[in-house]
Amino acid sequence: MMQLALEVGQTATPEAVMFWILGPLSVVAALGMLLVKKAVHSAILMAFVMVVLAIFYIAQDAVFLGIVQVVVYTGAVMMLFLFILMLVGVDTSDSLTETISGLRPIAITAAIGFGGLMVALLGRATLGRDAVGLSAANANGNVEGIAFALFSTYVFPFEVVSALLITAAMGAMVLAHSQRITARPTQRQLSINRFRGKSLGTAAGLPGPGVYARHNAVDVPALLPDGTPAPSSVNASLEARGDMLDYKSFDLAEVNTQIEEEK
Amino acid sequence: MDASNYLYISALLFTIGAVGVVVRRNAIVVFMCIELMLNAANLSLVTFSRINGNLDGQVMAFFTMVVAACEVVVGLAIIVAIYRSRRSASVDDASLLKR
Repeated sequence: MMQLALEVGQTATPEAVMFWILGPLSVVAALGMLLVKKAVHSAILMAFVMVVLAIFYIAQDAVFLGIVQVVVYTGAVMMLFLFILMLVGVDTSDSLTETISGLRPIAITAAIGFGGLMVALLGRATLGRDAVGLSAANANGNVEGIAFALFSTYVFPFEVVSALLITAAMGAMVLAHSQRITARPTQRQLSINRFRGKSLGTAAGLPGPGVYARHNAVDVPALLPDGTPAPSSVNASLEARGDMLDYKSFDLAEVNTQIEEEK
Repeated sequence: MDASNYLYISALLFTIGAVGVVVRRNAIVVFMCIELMLNAANLSLVTFSRINGNLDGQVMAFFTMVVAACEVVVGLAIIVAIYRSRRSASVDDASLLKR
């Protein structure tokens, strides 16, 4: 399998076909990341871009990096992103409305200028020569070549990076750890808070969604004994996502209470 | 095939990532755009390695990946800590220094 990928990279035409299919797709996926509303969809598109980059690495004779890209980025980093998305949940910050007026045109203008500069600059990186290619450097195998460089020339940066990894792990543990600074409220305290709180309306707890309403789906607010709907009975994340049904249509006053005799 | 095509793709991806950092408000999407910029830089490092015919560029890309992994771990922990205290993952809401 790996040998096949290497052959694709070393012959010119299959690589060009692969590039002209996957290159535009990766740019479209990256643009989609900016334009889709939900963060989860952005994460999926990002994972796609990363897999495409892994294929590009393998096609350019960087087999080790291609495999590491799949394992580290799509395997670990993107799963971490999805996990945090699950923790944080759906948020109003997903919306694409502009909060700073005039930011978007300025950002797009600056991006066109910056992108043009980068393309013009990087286009001259080959200095008009043909690429040397890695067949000489990879003569003993790509992994062996990288290992040789890593443990001879770059052995000090390698050790520094290991210290960085340990520090990052410690930092993440410290940041994610939350210490309880007040005593855990007892059942007695919770009960007192409930009855001496702002209103007695929720003293007995909130009704579940759909209680006494026309149907008992989770997105239907419950009806209170006086017939008014209780939007607080619906899960807040459903409300944030905009999936809660409009509770005004469940007001008893608007429902036809005439009983029709059935035959 | 000309190797500098990969460099053009890398420049485009980097630019798209930079726009995303500026335009989007959800901290996690902003963070993913930063990752996209790092990945674009990696692609150009790998291409430079191919153009010059030595493995130094690939070793640099390897180091970038390690640093990016550290950055993701710490950054996501910061996002979770901010979300815990402010109940929001929007970068506009963390504006204590402005007031």
